[in-house]
Amino acid sequence: MSYGFISLYTALTVAFGILPALYALYLAFTDGNGDFAGFANFTKVVGDFRFLPAVGHVAYFLVVWLIALVVLVTILAIAVHAIRVRWLGSTLRLIFYLPGALAGASSVLLWLFLLDPTASPVGGLLRLLGQSSFVEVIVPAHLPPIFAIIAFWTGAGGWIVIMYGALNNISAEVIEAARIDGAGPIQIAWRIQLPMLRKWISYMGIMSLAAGTQLFVEPQLLSQASNAVVPNDYSLNQLAYQYAFQQNDFNGAAAISMLLLVIALALSALFVLRGGLFETD
Amino acid sequence: MTTTTPDHRPGVSGWSGRTIVAVVLAIFVLFFVIPIAWLLLATTKSAHGLIVDNPFAPGGLGDLAANWHQLFDFQDGAVTTWVGNSALYAVGALVITLLASIPAGYALALTRFRFRRALLVLTLVVMLIPNTALVLPIFLELNSVGLIGSPLSVILPMSFFPFGVYLTYIYFSTSIPRDLLAAARIDGCREFQVFSKVALPLAAPIVALVAFFSFVQSWNNFFLPFVMLPSSDGYPIQVGLTSLLASTPAFNPSSAGTQSVQLPTLALATVISVLPVLIVFLFAQRFLVAGLTAGGTKE
Repeated sequence: MSYGFISLYTALTVAFGILPALYALYLAFTDGNGDFAGFANFTKVVGDFRFLPAVGHVAYFLVVWLIALVVLVTILAIAVHAIRVRWLGSTLRLIFYLPGALAGASSVLLWLFLLDPTASPVGGLLRLLGQSSFVEVIVPAHLPPIFAIIAFWTGAGGWIVIMYGALNNISAEVIEAARIDGAGPIQIAWRIQLPMLRKWISYMGIMSLAAGTQLFVEPQLLSQASNAVVPNDYSLNQLAYQYAFQQNDFNGAAAISMLLLVIALALSALFVLRGGLFETD
Repeated sequence: MTTTTPDHRPGVSGWSGRTIVAVVLAIFVLFFVIPIAWLLLATTKSAHGLIVDNPFAPGGLGDLAANWHQLFDFQDGAVTTWVGNSALYAVGALVITLLASIPAGYALALTRFRFRRALLVLTLVVMLIPNTALVLPIFLELNSVGLIGSPLSVILPMSFFPFGVYLTYIYFSTSIPRDLLAAARIDGCREFQVFSKVALPLAAPIVALVAFFSFVQSWNNFFLPFVMLPSSDGYPIQVGLTSLLASTPAFNPSSAGTQSVQLPTLALATVISVLPVLIVFLFAQRFLVAGLTAGGTKE
Protein backbone atom coordinates (compact mmCIF):
# COMPACT_ATOMS: atom_id res chain seq x y z
CA MET A 1 0.00 0.00 0.00
CA SER A 2 2.87 2.36 0.78
CA TYR A 3 3.83 2.07 -2.87
CA GLY A 4 0.46 3.51 -3.82
CA PHE A 5 1.14 6.59 -1.71
CA ILE A 6 4.52 7.23 -3.30
CA SER A 7 3.64 6.19 -6.86
CA LEU A 8 2.88 9.65 -8.33
CA TYR A 9 5.83 11.30 -6.61
CA THR A 10 8.15 8.48 -7.67
CA ALA A 11 6.93 8.78 -11.27
CA LEU A 12 7.65 12.53 -11.24
CA THR A 13 11.07 11.92 -9.66
CA VAL A 14 11.97 9.46 -12.39
CA ALA A 15 10.57 11.58 -15.23
CA PHE A 16 11.94 14.98 -14.16
CA GLY A 17 14.84 14.14 -11.87
CA ILE A 18 16.54 10.90 -12.85
CA LEU A 19 15.75 10.44 -16.55
CA PRO A 20 16.73 13.95 -17.67
CA ALA A 21 20.00 13.64 -15.78
CA LEU A 22 20.72 10.26 -17.39
CA TYR A 23 19.71 11.49 -20.84
CA ALA A 24 21.95 14.55 -20.50
CA LEU A 25 24.74 12.22 -19.39
CA TYR A 26 24.16 10.11 -22.51
CA LEU A 27 24.16 13.17 -24.78
CA ALA A 28 27.29 14.55 -23.14
CA PHE A 29 29.22 11.41 -24.04
CA THR A 30 27.91 10.89 -27.57
CA ASP A 31 28.13 12.86 -30.80
CA GLY A 32 25.35 14.13 -33.06
CA ASN A 33 24.90 10.64 -34.58
CA GLY A 34 24.60 8.91 -31.22
CA ASP A 35 28.08 7.36 -31.40
CA PHE A 36 30.21 7.26 -28.28
CA ALA A 37 32.42 10.33 -28.19
CA GLY A 38 34.38 9.96 -24.96
CA PHE A 39 35.25 13.33 -23.51
CA ALA A 40 35.17 15.09 -26.88
CA ASN A 41 32.15 17.24 -25.96
CA PHE A 42 33.78 18.27 -22.71
CA THR A 43 37.09 19.19 -24.33
CA LYS A 44 35.14 21.09 -27.00
CA VAL A 45 33.14 23.24 -24.57
CA VAL A 46 36.04 23.78 -22.19
CA GLY A 47 38.20 24.78 -25.14
CA ASP A 48 35.54 27.17 -26.43
CA PHE A 49 36.90 30.73 -26.28
CA ARG A 50 33.75 31.79 -24.38
CA PHE A 51 34.05 29.13 -21.65
CA LEU A 52 36.85 30.49 -19.47
CA PRO A 53 35.54 34.08 -19.48
CA ALA A 54 32.12 32.72 -18.42
CA VAL A 55 33.74 30.76 -15.58
CA GLY A 56 35.59 33.93 -14.57
CA HIS A 57 32.42 36.03 -14.59
CA VAL A 58 30.51 33.52 -12.48
CA ALA A 59 33.42 33.07 -10.06
CA TYR A 60 33.88 36.83 -9.57
CA PHE A 61 30.15 37.22 -8.97
CA LEU A 62 30.17 34.34 -6.47
CA VAL A 63 33.07 35.75 -4.47
CA VAL A 64 31.46 39.17 -4.11
CA TRP A 65 28.00 37.79 -3.41
CA LEU A 66 28.98 35.07 -0.92
CA ILE A 67 31.17 37.38 1.14
CA ALA A 68 28.43 40.03 1.25
CA LEU A 69 25.82 37.43 2.08
CA VAL A 70 27.72 35.72 4.90
CA VAL A 71 28.98 38.91 6.55
CA LEU A 72 25.91 41.11 6.19
CA VAL A 73 23.23 38.49 6.84
CA THR A 74 24.98 37.44 10.04
CA ILE A 75 25.40 41.02 11.25
CA LEU A 76 21.83 41.99 10.37
CA ALA A 77 20.31 38.90 11.97
CA ILE A 78 22.22 39.49 15.21
CA ALA A 79 21.34 43.20 15.17
CA VAL A 80 17.63 42.53 14.56
CA HIS A 81 17.68 39.86 17.24
CA ALA A 82 19.06 42.33 19.75
CA ILE A 83 16.07 44.63 19.32
CA ARG A 84 13.83 44.32 22.35
CA VAL A 85 10.80 46.14 20.98
CA ARG A 86 8.80 43.31 19.49
CA TRP A 87 6.82 45.15 16.78
CA LEU A 88 9.97 46.90 15.58
CA GLY A 89 11.83 43.60 15.23
CA SER A 90 9.03 41.90 13.33
CA THR A 91 8.52 44.93 11.06
CA LEU A 92 12.21 44.96 10.20
CA ARG A 93 12.13 41.25 9.36
CA LEU A 94 9.14 41.81 7.08
CA ILE A 95 10.89 44.73 5.36
CA PHE A 96 14.03 42.67 4.75
CA TYR A 97 11.97 39.73 3.61
CA LEU A 98 9.52 41.42 1.24
CA PRO A 99 11.87 41.83 -1.75
CA GLY A 100 11.97 38.02 -1.88
CA ALA A 101 8.55 38.24 -3.52
CA LEU A 102 10.23 39.82 -6.53
CA ALA A 103 12.17 36.90 -7.88
CA GLY A 104 13.64 36.29 -11.29
CA ALA A 105 12.80 38.64 -14.12
CA SER A 106 10.77 41.05 -11.98
CA SER A 107 13.61 41.98 -9.66
CA VAL A 108 16.06 42.33 -12.55
CA LEU A 109 13.64 44.66 -14.33
CA LEU A 110 13.26 46.74 -11.18
CA TRP A 111 17.04 47.03 -10.91
CA LEU A 112 17.34 48.09 -14.53
CA PHE A 113 15.32 51.15 -13.55
CA LEU A 114 17.42 51.75 -10.45
CA LEU A 115 20.65 51.54 -12.44
CA ASP A 116 19.53 53.95 -15.14
CA PRO A 117 20.67 57.37 -13.88
CA THR A 118 17.98 59.24 -15.83
CA ALA A 119 15.07 57.41 -14.19
CA SER A 120 16.59 56.12 -10.97
CA PRO A 121 15.44 57.39 -7.58
CA VAL A 122 19.10 57.24 -6.58
CA GLY A 123 20.34 58.89 -9.77
CA GLY A 124 22.15 61.45 -7.62
CA LEU A 125 24.09 58.68 -5.93
CA LEU A 126 25.00 57.13 -9.29
CA ARG A 127 26.21 60.48 -10.61
CA LEU A 128 28.17 61.00 -7.42
CA LEU A 129 29.94 57.75 -8.28
CA GLY A 130 30.69 59.20 -11.71
CA GLN A 131 28.03 57.33 -13.67
CA SER A 132 25.94 59.51 -15.92
CA SER A 133 24.33 56.98 -18.25
CA PHE A 134 22.96 53.45 -18.17
CA VAL A 135 25.68 52.24 -20.54
CA GLU A 136 28.36 53.58 -18.20
CA VAL A 137 26.78 51.82 -15.22
CA ILE A 138 26.71 48.42 -16.87
CA VAL A 139 30.26 48.23 -18.24
CA PRO A 140 31.51 44.63 -17.85
CA ALA A 141 33.72 45.37 -14.84
CA HIS A 142 30.68 46.49 -12.83
CA LEU A 143 28.50 43.51 -13.56
CA PRO A 144 29.56 40.99 -10.89
CA PRO A 145 28.96 43.50 -8.05
CA ILE A 146 25.69 44.57 -9.71
CA PHE A 147 24.45 40.98 -9.92
CA ALA A 148 25.58 40.46 -6.33
CA ILE A 149 23.56 43.48 -5.21
CA ILE A 150 20.46 42.25 -7.05
CA ALA A 151 20.81 38.73 -5.62
CA PHE A 152 21.44 40.11 -2.13
CA TRP A 153 18.44 42.43 -2.33
CA THR A 154 16.15 39.57 -3.32
CA GLY A 155 17.50 36.75 -1.21
CA ALA A 156 19.08 38.13 1.96
CA GLY A 157 15.79 38.63 3.82
CA GLY A 158 14.86 34.96 3.75
CA TRP A 159 18.24 34.05 5.23
CA ILE A 160 17.99 36.79 7.87
CA VAL A 161 14.68 35.25 8.96
CA ILE A 162 16.24 31.78 9.10
CA MET A 163 19.24 33.02 11.12
CA TYR A 164 16.90 34.88 13.43
CA GLY A 165 15.03 31.63 14.08
CA ALA A 166 18.31 29.87 14.81
CA LEU A 167 19.33 32.64 17.22
CA ASN A 168 16.06 32.13 19.07
CA ASN A 169 17.03 28.51 19.62
CA ILE A 170 20.11 29.42 21.67
CA SER A 171 19.20 28.72 25.26
CA ALA A 172 18.61 31.61 27.62
CA GLU A 173 20.85 30.15 30.31
CA VAL A 174 23.92 30.20 28.11
CA ILE A 175 23.52 33.87 27.25
CA GLU A 176 22.66 34.77 30.85
CA ALA A 177 25.71 32.93 32.17
CA ALA A 178 27.94 34.74 29.71
CA ARG A 179 26.47 38.06 30.73
CA ILE A 180 27.01 37.35 34.41
CA ASP A 181 30.61 36.50 33.58
CA GLY A 182 30.89 40.01 32.22
CA ALA A 183 30.62 39.42 28.46
CA GLY A 184 29.42 42.43 26.46
CA PRO A 185 27.11 42.18 23.42
CA ILE A 186 30.02 42.03 20.98
CA GLN A 187 31.68 39.23 22.92
CA ILE A 188 28.41 37.33 23.17
CA ALA A 189 27.90 37.68 19.42
CA TRP A 190 31.46 36.61 18.63
CA ARG A 191 31.92 33.79 21.16
CA ILE A 192 28.43 32.33 21.52
CA GLN A 193 26.03 33.36 18.78
CA LEU A 194 28.46 33.07 15.88
CA PRO A 195 29.66 29.54 16.77
CA MET A 196 26.05 28.45 17.28
CA LEU A 197 25.11 29.81 13.87
CA ARG A 198 27.98 28.09 12.10
CA LYS A 199 25.91 25.23 10.70
CA TRP A 200 23.31 27.60 9.31
CA ILE A 201 25.95 29.90 7.85
CA SER A 202 27.61 27.00 6.06
CA TYR A 203 24.19 25.85 4.85
CA MET A 204 23.54 29.32 3.44
CA GLY A 205 27.00 29.43 1.87
CA ILE A 206 26.73 26.04 0.18
CA MET A 207 23.18 26.55 -1.11
CA SER A 208 24.08 30.00 -2.41
CA LEU A 209 27.23 28.70 -4.06
CA ALA A 210 25.19 26.04 -5.86
CA ALA A 211 22.50 28.54 -6.88
CA GLY A 212 25.04 31.16 -7.95
CA THR A 213 26.78 28.87 -10.43
CA GLN A 214 23.41 28.79 -12.26
CA LEU A 215 23.45 32.55 -12.98
CA PHE A 216 21.15 33.12 -15.95
CA VAL A 217 18.25 35.55 -15.77
CA GLU A 218 20.26 38.60 -14.62
CA PRO A 219 22.81 38.66 -17.46
CA GLN A 220 20.17 37.45 -19.94
CA LEU A 221 17.89 40.43 -19.34
CA LEU A 222 20.77 42.86 -19.03
CA SER A 223 22.14 41.63 -22.33
CA GLN A 224 18.77 42.29 -23.92
CA ALA A 225 18.40 45.70 -22.28
CA SER A 226 21.87 46.89 -23.22
CA ASN A 227 21.79 46.08 -26.93
CA ALA A 228 24.32 43.32 -26.29
CA VAL A 229 26.85 45.54 -24.46
CA VAL A 230 26.54 42.65 -22.02
CA PRO A 231 27.20 39.55 -24.13
CA ASN A 232 24.55 36.83 -24.32
CA ASP A 233 27.14 34.21 -23.32
CA TYR A 234 28.16 35.97 -20.11
CA SER A 235 27.43 33.05 -17.75
CA LEU A 236 27.83 29.26 -18.05
CA ASN A 237 24.11 28.60 -18.20
CA GLN A 238 23.77 31.18 -20.95
CA LEU A 239 26.57 29.49 -22.86
CA ALA A 240 24.76 26.14 -22.51
CA TYR A 241 21.62 27.87 -23.77
CA GLN A 242 23.54 29.25 -26.77
CA TYR A 243 24.83 25.78 -27.59
CA ALA A 244 21.31 24.34 -27.51
CA PHE A 245 19.38 27.11 -29.24
CA GLN A 246 21.83 29.01 -31.46
CA GLN A 247 24.17 26.25 -32.53
CA ASN A 248 21.73 23.32 -32.25
CA ASP A 249 24.52 21.43 -30.51
CA PHE A 250 22.62 19.48 -27.87
CA ASN A 251 25.68 17.39 -27.04
CA GLY A 252 27.69 20.49 -26.17
CA ALA A 253 24.77 21.93 -24.18
CA ALA A 254 24.45 18.64 -22.31
CA ALA A 255 28.17 18.66 -21.50
CA ILE A 256 27.95 22.12 -19.87
CA SER A 257 24.72 21.17 -18.05
CA MET A 258 26.45 18.04 -16.78
CA LEU A 259 29.37 20.06 -15.39
CA LEU A 260 26.96 22.38 -13.57
CA LEU A 261 24.78 19.52 -12.37
CA VAL A 262 27.75 17.62 -10.97
CA ILE A 263 28.82 20.70 -8.99
CA ALA A 264 25.28 21.17 -7.62
CA LEU A 265 24.91 17.47 -6.80
CA ALA A 266 28.26 17.27 -5.08
CA LEU A 267 27.53 20.32 -2.91
CA SER A 268 24.06 19.09 -2.05
CA ALA A 269 25.12 15.50 -1.27
CA LEU A 270 28.03 16.76 0.81
CA PHE A 271 25.65 18.79 2.87
CA VAL A 272 22.96 16.14 3.28
CA LEU A 273 25.46 13.47 4.31
CA ARG A 274 27.86 15.58 6.38
CA GLY A 275 25.99 18.74 7.35
CA GLY A 276 23.73 17.21 9.99
CA LEU A 277 21.14 19.94 9.57
CA PHE A 278 18.37 17.85 8.07
CA GLU A 279 16.54 14.97 9.56
CA THR A 280 16.61 11.75 7.59
CA ASP A 281 15.34 9.71 10.53
CA MET B 1 8.93 32.41 21.07
CA THR B 2 5.55 33.66 22.19
CA THR B 3 5.97 32.90 25.87
CA THR B 4 6.72 35.69 28.27
CA THR B 5 9.92 34.38 29.81
CA PRO B 6 12.40 37.08 30.79
CA ASP B 7 14.10 38.47 27.74
CA HIS B 8 17.49 36.91 27.33
CA ARG B 9 18.61 38.78 24.26
CA PRO B 10 22.00 40.35 24.47
CA GLY B 11 20.86 43.93 24.09
CA VAL B 12 23.40 46.44 22.95
CA SER B 13 24.35 48.66 25.80
CA GLY B 14 25.82 52.10 25.71
CA TRP B 15 24.88 55.12 23.66
CA SER B 16 27.47 54.71 20.91
CA GLY B 17 26.81 51.00 20.40
CA ARG B 18 23.08 51.59 19.99
CA THR B 19 23.67 54.43 17.57
CA ILE B 20 25.91 52.32 15.35
CA VAL B 21 23.37 49.49 15.27
CA ALA B 22 20.53 51.91 14.56
CA VAL B 23 22.42 53.56 11.69
CA VAL B 24 23.36 50.21 10.13
CA LEU B 25 19.76 48.97 10.34
CA ALA B 26 18.42 52.26 8.96
CA ILE B 27 20.74 52.06 5.94
CA PHE B 28 19.58 48.54 5.16
CA VAL B 29 15.92 49.42 5.67
CA LEU B 30 16.36 52.13 3.03
CA PHE B 31 18.19 49.70 0.76
CA PHE B 32 15.37 47.16 0.93
CA VAL B 33 12.43 49.62 0.94
CA ILE B 34 13.37 52.31 -1.57
CA PRO B 35 13.22 50.11 -4.69
CA ILE B 36 9.76 48.76 -3.89
CA ALA B 37 8.34 52.10 -2.79
CA TRP B 38 9.72 53.81 -5.86
CA LEU B 39 8.40 51.10 -8.17
CA LEU B 40 4.88 51.48 -6.81
CA LEU B 41 5.04 55.28 -7.21
CA ALA B 42 6.47 54.99 -10.73
CA THR B 43 3.32 53.29 -11.96
CA THR B 44 1.35 56.50 -11.26
CA LYS B 45 3.52 58.79 -13.37
CA SER B 46 3.83 59.78 -16.99
CA ALA B 47 7.01 58.94 -18.87
CA HIS B 48 8.03 62.60 -18.67
CA GLY B 49 7.10 62.91 -15.00
CA LEU B 50 9.16 59.87 -14.13
CA ILE B 51 12.32 61.61 -15.34
CA VAL B 52 11.74 65.19 -14.17
CA ASP B 53 9.59 64.99 -11.01
CA ASN B 54 10.81 64.22 -7.53
CA PRO B 55 11.26 60.43 -7.53
CA PHE B 56 9.21 60.06 -4.36
CA ALA B 57 6.34 62.38 -5.26
CA PRO B 58 3.23 60.41 -6.21
CA GLY B 59 1.84 60.94 -9.70
CA GLY B 60 -1.84 60.89 -10.56
CA LEU B 61 -4.60 58.40 -11.16
CA GLY B 62 -4.95 59.68 -14.72
CA ASP B 63 -1.39 58.65 -15.50
CA LEU B 64 -1.92 55.32 -13.79
CA ALA B 65 -4.97 54.71 -16.00
CA ALA B 66 -3.01 55.70 -19.11
CA ASN B 67 -0.20 53.32 -18.19
CA TRP B 68 -2.75 50.60 -17.51
CA HIS B 69 -4.30 51.04 -20.96
CA GLN B 70 -0.95 51.11 -22.69
CA LEU B 71 0.07 47.92 -20.91
CA PHE B 72 -3.09 45.96 -21.61
CA ASP B 73 -3.30 47.19 -25.22
CA PHE B 74 0.24 45.92 -25.86
CA GLN B 75 0.16 43.41 -28.74
CA ASP B 76 -3.66 43.17 -28.56
CA GLY B 77 -3.91 42.19 -24.94
CA ALA B 78 -0.86 39.90 -24.72
CA VAL B 79 -0.40 40.80 -21.04
CA THR B 80 -3.81 39.34 -20.17
CA THR B 81 -2.84 36.11 -21.93
CA TRP B 82 0.48 35.95 -20.07
CA VAL B 83 -1.09 36.51 -16.65
CA GLY B 84 -3.68 33.84 -17.50
CA ASN B 85 -0.90 31.44 -18.53
CA SER B 86 0.98 32.11 -15.29
CA ALA B 87 -2.17 31.29 -13.33
CA LEU B 88 -2.79 28.12 -15.37
CA TYR B 89 0.78 26.84 -14.93
CA ALA B 90 1.07 27.75 -11.26
CA VAL B 91 -2.33 26.33 -10.29
CA GLY B 92 -1.94 23.22 -12.46
CA ALA B 93 1.46 22.51 -10.91
CA LEU B 94 0.04 23.23 -7.46
CA VAL B 95 -2.71 20.62 -7.82
CA ILE B 96 -0.39 17.89 -9.08
CA THR B 97 2.22 18.81 -6.46
CA LEU B 98 -0.32 18.31 -3.68
CA LEU B 99 -1.60 15.03 -5.14
CA ALA B 100 1.96 13.74 -5.35
CA SER B 101 3.66 15.12 -2.28
CA ILE B 102 1.11 14.84 0.54
CA PRO B 103 0.68 11.04 0.23
CA ALA B 104 4.41 10.60 -0.41
CA GLY B 105 5.38 12.62 2.67
CA TYR B 106 2.86 10.63 4.70
CA ALA B 107 4.23 7.29 3.51
CA LEU B 108 7.84 8.34 4.17
CA ALA B 109 6.98 9.47 7.69
CA LEU B 110 4.53 6.89 8.94
CA THR B 111 4.83 3.69 6.94
CA ARG B 112 7.65 1.26 6.30
CA PHE B 113 8.61 0.02 2.87
CA ARG B 114 11.67 -1.05 0.93
CA PHE B 115 13.79 1.78 -0.46
CA ARG B 116 12.13 4.20 1.95
CA ARG B 117 15.42 5.61 3.18
CA ALA B 118 16.83 5.74 -0.33
CA LEU B 119 13.81 7.76 -1.48
CA LEU B 120 14.17 10.07 1.50
CA VAL B 121 17.85 10.76 0.87
CA LEU B 122 17.20 11.23 -2.86
CA THR B 123 14.43 13.71 -2.01
CA LEU B 124 16.77 15.72 0.20
CA VAL B 125 19.60 15.75 -2.32
CA VAL B 126 17.35 16.87 -5.19
CA MET B 127 15.62 19.40 -2.96
CA LEU B 128 18.92 21.14 -2.32
CA ILE B 129 19.89 21.29 -6.00
CA PRO B 130 18.99 24.64 -7.56
CA ASN B 131 15.95 23.95 -9.73
CA THR B 132 17.61 25.59 -12.73
CA ALA B 133 20.24 22.83 -12.82
CA LEU B 134 17.81 20.35 -14.34
CA VAL B 135 16.13 22.72 -16.80
CA LEU B 136 18.32 22.07 -19.84
CA PRO B 137 18.41 18.29 -19.23
CA ILE B 138 14.60 18.29 -18.98
CA PHE B 139 14.42 20.34 -22.17
CA LEU B 140 16.63 17.82 -23.99
CA GLU B 141 14.46 14.97 -22.69
CA LEU B 142 11.09 16.55 -23.56
CA ASN B 143 12.43 17.71 -26.91
CA SER B 144 13.20 14.10 -27.81
CA VAL B 145 9.58 13.13 -27.14
CA GLY B 146 8.13 16.22 -28.86
CA LEU B 147 6.47 17.87 -25.84
CA ILE B 148 8.12 21.29 -26.24
CA GLY B 149 5.66 24.18 -26.39
CA SER B 150 2.82 22.39 -24.66
CA PRO B 151 1.61 23.63 -21.26
CA LEU B 152 2.48 20.20 -19.87
CA SER B 153 6.16 20.86 -20.61
CA VAL B 154 6.18 23.39 -17.76
CA ILE B 155 3.38 22.10 -15.50
CA LEU B 156 4.77 18.58 -15.09
CA PRO B 157 8.39 19.55 -14.29
CA MET B 158 7.09 22.21 -11.85
CA SER B 159 5.00 19.49 -10.15
CA PHE B 160 8.16 17.64 -9.20
CA PHE B 161 8.64 19.42 -5.88
CA PRO B 162 10.81 17.47 -3.40
CA PHE B 163 10.77 20.38 -0.94
CA GLY B 164 7.02 19.83 -0.53
CA VAL B 165 7.55 16.14 0.14
CA TYR B 166 10.21 16.95 2.72
CA LEU B 167 7.99 19.50 4.50
CA THR B 168 5.12 16.98 4.59
CA TYR B 169 7.46 14.29 5.87
CA ILE B 170 8.65 16.53 8.73
CA TYR B 171 5.08 17.50 9.58
CA PHE B 172 3.73 13.96 9.71
CA SER B 173 6.68 12.57 11.61
CA THR B 174 6.54 15.25 14.29
CA SER B 175 2.87 16.05 14.75
CA ILE B 176 0.91 12.82 14.32
CA PRO B 177 1.31 10.14 16.99
CA ARG B 178 1.87 6.68 15.59
CA ASP B 179 -0.50 5.30 18.26
CA LEU B 180 -3.34 7.15 16.59
CA LEU B 181 -2.70 5.31 13.34
CA ALA B 182 -2.24 1.99 15.12
CA ALA B 183 -5.60 2.48 16.87
CA ALA B 184 -7.28 3.17 13.54
CA ARG B 185 -5.77 -0.03 12.10
CA ILE B 186 -7.03 -2.07 15.05
CA ASP B 187 -10.47 -0.58 14.47
CA GLY B 188 -10.34 -2.17 11.06
CA CYS B 189 -9.30 0.75 8.85
CA ARG B 190 -7.56 -0.24 5.65
CA GLU B 191 -4.28 1.57 4.89
CA PHE B 192 -5.90 4.02 2.53
CA GLN B 193 -8.62 4.79 5.07
CA VAL B 194 -5.99 5.45 7.73
CA PHE B 195 -4.53 8.07 5.43
CA SER B 196 -7.78 9.60 4.21
CA LYS B 197 -9.82 9.46 7.43
CA VAL B 198 -7.15 9.99 10.10
CA ALA B 199 -4.03 11.66 8.71
CA LEU B 200 -5.49 13.87 5.99
CA PRO B 201 -7.99 15.76 8.19
CA LEU B 202 -5.07 16.71 10.46
CA ALA B 203 -2.91 17.85 7.54
CA ALA B 204 -4.58 21.17 6.67
CA PRO B 205 -1.63 23.33 7.80
CA ILE B 206 0.92 21.40 5.77
CA VAL B 207 -1.31 21.31 2.69
CA ALA B 208 -1.54 25.10 2.88
CA LEU B 209 2.20 25.47 3.38
CA VAL B 210 3.17 23.22 0.47
CA ALA B 211 0.54 24.90 -1.72
CA PHE B 212 2.00 28.29 -0.89
CA PHE B 213 5.62 27.40 -1.65
CA SER B 214 4.69 25.55 -4.80
CA PHE B 215 2.59 28.45 -6.10
CA VAL B 216 5.28 31.06 -5.40
CA GLN B 217 8.02 28.99 -6.99
CA SER B 218 6.00 28.19 -10.11
CA TRP B 219 4.71 31.73 -10.55
CA ASN B 220 8.22 33.18 -10.30
CA ASN B 221 9.90 30.53 -12.43
CA PHE B 222 11.69 32.10 -15.38
CA PHE B 223 14.26 29.73 -16.83
CA LEU B 224 11.99 26.70 -17.32
CA PRO B 225 9.20 28.42 -19.32
CA PHE B 226 11.80 30.56 -21.11
CA VAL B 227 13.35 27.38 -22.47
CA MET B 228 10.23 25.24 -22.95
CA LEU B 229 7.78 27.70 -24.53
CA PRO B 230 8.96 29.21 -27.80
CA SER B 231 5.73 31.00 -28.71
CA SER B 232 4.52 34.27 -27.16
CA ASP B 233 1.00 32.81 -26.78
CA GLY B 234 2.34 30.38 -24.23
CA TYR B 235 4.53 32.75 -22.16
CA PRO B 236 3.84 33.22 -18.49
CA ILE B 237 4.07 36.85 -17.37
CA GLN B 238 7.66 36.44 -16.11
CA VAL B 239 8.81 35.60 -19.63
CA GLY B 240 6.38 38.12 -21.13
CA LEU B 241 8.32 40.83 -19.29
CA THR B 242 11.23 40.20 -21.65
CA SER B 243 8.97 41.05 -24.63
CA LEU B 244 7.91 44.26 -22.92
CA LEU B 245 11.53 45.06 -22.15
CA ALA B 246 12.47 44.49 -25.79
CA SER B 247 9.80 47.04 -26.78
CA THR B 248 10.99 49.72 -24.35
CA PRO B 249 12.97 52.36 -26.26
CA ALA B 250 14.72 53.53 -23.08
CA PHE B 251 16.52 50.17 -22.90
CA ASN B 252 16.34 49.15 -26.54
CA PRO B 253 16.60 52.19 -28.82
CA SER B 254 15.86 50.15 -31.94
CA SER B 255 12.34 49.44 -30.69
CA ALA B 256 10.82 52.92 -31.06
CA GLY B 257 7.56 52.48 -32.92
CA THR B 258 3.81 52.20 -32.52
CA GLN B 259 4.06 49.31 -30.07
CA SER B 260 6.71 50.95 -27.90
CA VAL B 261 6.42 50.71 -24.12
CA GLN B 262 7.16 53.66 -21.85
CA LEU B 263 9.08 53.28 -18.59
CA PRO B 264 6.11 53.73 -16.21
CA THR B 265 4.21 51.10 -18.20
CA LEU B 266 7.12 48.72 -17.77
CA ALA B 267 7.10 49.52 -14.04
CA LEU B 268 3.38 48.69 -13.93
CA ALA B 269 4.07 45.40 -15.70
CA THR B 270 6.73 44.58 -13.09
CA VAL B 271 4.25 45.26 -10.28
CA ILE B 272 1.54 43.16 -11.93
CA SER B 273 3.99 40.32 -12.51
CA VAL B 274 4.61 39.97 -8.77
CA LEU B 275 1.30 41.15 -7.35
CA PRO B 276 -0.19 37.74 -6.43
CA VAL B 277 3.04 36.71 -4.72
CA LEU B 278 3.51 40.06 -3.00
CA ILE B 279 -0.01 39.91 -1.54
CA VAL B 280 0.48 36.39 -0.21
CA PHE B 281 3.85 37.40 1.23
CA LEU B 282 2.27 40.28 3.13
CA PHE B 283 -0.55 38.25 4.61
CA ALA B 284 1.23 34.99 5.23
CA GLN B 285 4.42 36.14 6.89
CA ARG B 286 4.05 33.96 9.99
CA PHE B 287 3.24 31.01 7.93
CA LEU B 288 6.27 31.54 5.83
CA VAL B 289 8.68 31.92 8.67
CA ALA B 290 7.37 28.67 10.11
CA GLY B 291 7.98 26.96 6.76
CA LEU B 292 11.44 28.39 6.28
CA THR B 293 12.66 27.20 9.63
CA ALA B 294 10.76 23.91 9.68
CA GLY B 295 13.26 22.35 7.30
CA GLY B 296 16.09 22.33 9.79
CA THR B 297 16.23 20.37 12.99
CA LYS B 298 16.86 22.26 16.18
CA GLU B 299 20.29 22.32 17.72
